[in-house]
Amino acid sequence: MIDFGYTIWIPLIPILMFLFIGLTGHKYKPVISGYLGTLGLLTSAALSYYTAYQYFFNVGKVAGVYEKIIGFNVTWLRFTDTLHIDLGTLLDPISVMMLVVITTISLMVHIYSLGYMKGEKGFARFYAVLSLFSFSMLGLVLATNIFQMYIFWELVGVSSYLLISFYYEKPSAVAAGKKAFIVTRFADLGFLIGILMLSFITGTFDFKTLTDPNGAAIMQGGSAAFLGLSVMTWALLLIFIGGAGKSAMFPLHIWLPDAMEGPTPVSALIHAATMVVAGVYLVARLFTIFALSAPVALEIVGYVGGITSLFAAVIACTQNDIKRVLAFSTMSQIGYMMLALGVSGYGGEEGLGYMASMFHLFTHAMFKALLFLGAGAIIHAVHSNNMTDMGGLRKYLPWTNITFLIACLTIAGVPPLSGFWSKDEILVAAFEHNKFLFAIEFLVAGLTAFYMFRLYFNVFWGKDRHYHHAPHEAPPVMLFPLVFLAIASIFSGFIPFTSLVTSDGEAFHVGTEWIVAIPSVLIGLIGIAIAWIFYKKETAIPDKLASSFKLLYKGSLNKFYIDEIYLFVTKKIIFALISKPIAWFDRHVIDGFMNSIAFVTNFASEKIKGMQSGQLQQYAYVFVSGVVILAFVFIYLLKF
Amino acid sequence: MRLENFLIMRQELLLTLVALIVLIADLAIKDDKKRIVIPISIVLFFLVTVAGFIPASEGILFGGMYKSTALTILMKNILNVGVLIVFIQSVTWLKRDDLQNKISEYFILIVSTLIGMNFMISSGDFLMFYLGLETATIPIAALAAYEKFKAKSAEAGIKLILSSALSSGILLYGLSMIYGTTGSIYFADVAASFGNTPLHVLAFIFFFAGMAFKISLVPFHLWTADVYEGAPINVTSYLSVISKGAAVFIFTIILYTVFSQIAYLWRELLVIISLLTMTVGNLFAIRQQNLKRFLAFSSIAQAGFILLGILDGSVLGMTSTVYFVMIYIFSNLGAFGVVAAVSNMTNKENMDDYNGFYRTNPKLSLVMMLSLFSLAGIPPVAGFFGKFFLFTAAAHQGYYMLVLVAVLNATISLYYYLLLIKAMFINTSDNPIARINSDFSTKLGLIICVVGIFVIGFASPLYELIRSLSFGF
Repeated sequence: MIDFGYTIWIPLIPILMFLFIGLTGHKYKPVISGYLGTLGLLTSAALSYYTAYQYFFNVGKVAGVYEKIIGFNVTWLRFTDTLHIDLGTLLDPISVMMLVVITTISLMVHIYSLGYMKGEKGFARFYAVLSLFSFSMLGLVLATNIFQMYIFWELVGVSSYLLISFYYEKPSAVAAGKKAFIVTRFADLGFLIGILMLSFITGTFDFKTLTDPNGAAIMQGGSAAFLGLSVMTWALLLIFIGGAGKSAMFPLHIWLPDAMEGPTPVSALIHAATMVVAGVYLVARLFTIFALSAPVALEIVGYVGGITSLFAAVIACTQNDIKRVLAFSTMSQIGYMMLALGVSGYGGEEGLGYMASMFHLFTHAMFKALLFLGAGAIIHAVHSNNMTDMGGLRKYLPWTNITFLIACLTIAGVPPLSGFWSKDEILVAAFEHNKFLFAIEFLVAGLTAFYMFRLYFNVFWGKDRHYHHAPHEAPPVMLFPLVFLAIASIFSGFIPFTSLVTSDGEAFHVGTEWIVAIPSVLIGLIGIAIAWIFYKKETAIPDKLASSFKLLYKGSLNKFYIDEIYLFVTKKIIFALISKPIAWFDRHVIDGFMNSIAFVTNFASEKIKGMQSGQLQQYAYVFVSGVVILAFVFIYLLKF
Repeated sequence: MRLENFLIMRQELLLTLVALIVLIADLAIKDDKKRIVIPISIVLFFLVTVAGFIPASEGILFGGMYKSTALTILMKNILNVGVLIVFIQSVTWLKRDDLQNKISEYFILIVSTLIGMNFMISSGDFLMFYLGLETATIPIAALAAYEKFKAKSAEAGIKLILSSALSSGILLYGLSMIYGTTGSIYFADVAASFGNTPLHVLAFIFFFAGMAFKISLVPFHLWTADVYEGAPINVTSYLSVISKGAAVFIFTIILYTVFSQIAYLWRELLVIISLLTMTVGNLFAIRQQNLKRFLAFSSIAQAGFILLGILDGSVLGMTSTVYFVMIYIFSNLGAFGVVAAVSNMTNKENMDDYNGFYRTNPKLSLVMMLSLFSLAGIPPVAGFFGKFFLFTAAAHQGYYMLVLVAVLNATISLYYYLLLIKAMFINTSDNPIARINSDFSTKLGLIICVVGIFVIGFASPLYELIRSLSFGF
């Protein structure tokens, strides 16, 4: 048995880098902090790869089942013998897989930013916060218990806030940072209440105890019911609200498009590959309980995922800001993952959806990070986010063109690229369990291919725009991550997830379901073909379609007015009808009460100061009286 | 005595050795070179502190009068670390010209009291306990009057020795009643035959009054403010943390072993005294201008909080008490360290003097702020975790109302701690305290405190260690 105690260094190195760069970053040239941060993450990544190798191929498997291994653990706050908050590292297939994903993408983003952020004000600050984020995210996936996860969950929120509002002189960036923080924090309230309920029901925070399929924890909370659902279902739904907030699920998604105000590498790291899948990871982490003791909650997870993926895909078809298209595409793909969890059962082939969700999480991280970094290279070249400012770029940016095309083909599900394999598994799982959700996903697959190639053709083909100066290809330090991620996007589909990451740790075999695979490839190709006809050369067809489906087009362009609904609810209803009366009550009643308490305290303090006279004889008098009074009270009055 | 027996009481023996070496060194060193005593004493004491952490076997000596367990060794180590910080913080002060011939006195007296405390913590019967208590008290009176050329210092010494004579008298009276009724002074025998007859209750209350005097619980606290204010500031910090900490330790042990039969009685007693102590301490602290008096009353209030942990009576109770005392040592020494650094340089000790302190001394202000936050119990500094576990212990016994009042008192205490923080950071002054160039020892002492304040709250192995050694009934 190998000792996994060293895994604590995987998150520890980035936090040390954060402290070091944060405290000393202003003393040397900014670029050094970039190298330091990258070096720190390289070490973490190497450790993660080593852990993954050891875990998956050497020691993780005991009697054909992947075990949960506690690599490192300290008890931090002990309330009772069963209820205590620990800090440590938990290794199981999904956490080890996430280690690989996070450190890979984060490393690529670190390298990429050396070129992208060059010469920016606050370069050192950028790398410090990037390290803080990596630490938080790694701590989150390694958490041994739900409370540790919550702590790191909030840390992820904070570092994301710092990165979104990185350009803090720009009002829109500040607003976007605030929006992201407030919306996710609001969702986290549900998470916290859910944690308290779950720990109250089961008496433990520990994941290992919670998710033991034969353990006592999952049997609890089934009996008591509230509004027709068991207490356990409520607890898990509340926890899911937290996950939905971080993963930008409808209707808590409104922060994600705005979060694109942050630097593009940040969007690639946080808002594509790592933080936004935290919600998926949370559900997967608690999957045993979801599947075995609250199937209703799991079903809701599936429907939320399905609705989000359709909703976001429709919006993505009309957006003109390339980062926003990618943001909505991310939402749509995460909806896929949630849906896959929702249609999954526990154990063996029943757990196909679970496996597919994790599989898609992995491949999506690679190709979506590639898309964002490619978008970064484009923005770097033309200094604009807007698709209407772009066209014909394939001549100027040959490398970006090829890698971007690979990513688009991958997300469209063209075999044999990785996206095809993972998306196919999700469709099969949906096909077997829920035909309605399958139909939605099938439609979304076509829409995805369409909007991605709409983006691709608009940017790289079509007419040349009048550029101020000829767009130039990105420097090698930015191209390397693109090429690396392109290779990963092509080949990661061949990783045998069915034998590595499954719901119960046991390997199972699944063949390709041609009845699902062939139509799904076909609809992807149809989507691409339509985009080809519409956008390869500029035609009048899109405008005609837009005017004939005016209502749908306008709704989609304006993101179905969800932001406006939120503003209406908060400003007109909550502020006016609830906050104002409460503010009045607070100012007049609560404050008045508090002021009188303060007055009484002061008054009493003034009155008793004579007791402290400085006269020793008086002190002796008080002392002896004290003894006598106590003796009298305890012997004669209380009669002990 | 065989060698192993020496090893069992090595901490006391080593301290005695230090006291003797310093005494002899003082005789051998010429008058104009007396300052060399400071590094000698500190290095020797540092070695003793380190030696305390070498694992040692438990054992019983002198037919049960002396008892060394892993728990008592831990308590002594905690006190040693505290005393080491006090010593380091005293260096600047001891270098003053008017104290040149009295340097060794300071170290010998403190080490003597520490020997007394160690014997007191390790005592197995009331005789050893009483001897330790007196050894720990009488030299402190001499220390309080250390700057005898100052009227206030001399007054502090007199007040302390007279008050403690009174309290010792009452305590001894109680002990004699215990001996008279049970026929033994050994803890184990007394525990076996202690009941709830009125005479026993009276004896217990007398004993309690003596201990309450040491811990400065209301209404036995009146000496505290005057002595704290009059004594030299480093003595005050010693008195407020080490002396109080040692008394809390042995008080807890005796309550849990000897008087566990009448736990229902002393729980009620502690509830009443705790309420009184927190409230009165806070109410007085609000109006203090002199920072030494201010910290004196704040430490009285803190003692009230400690009772919340003691009254639980289980492992949790003892763990939270010891843990809190440890945190309290670092937090209070941090605050006293800053006051001492300022007072030694400028002779300014009033709150108004600290207006605009942050402008001139940002680092000292930050240390002060962190220490006060820790005393007030604000996360994430250690004081929060200390108070958290104390409140948990009291809630464990079902004293929810007491916890509620304690929380209210913690809020009141936050108010006056913030007054000082406001003075330092927000108030402005035409004549702020000039920039203080602290020397190495002052910095070192404060850095240790700050590290302690930050680390102990998160260092769960420490808490687990205390927990594994603690006991309840």
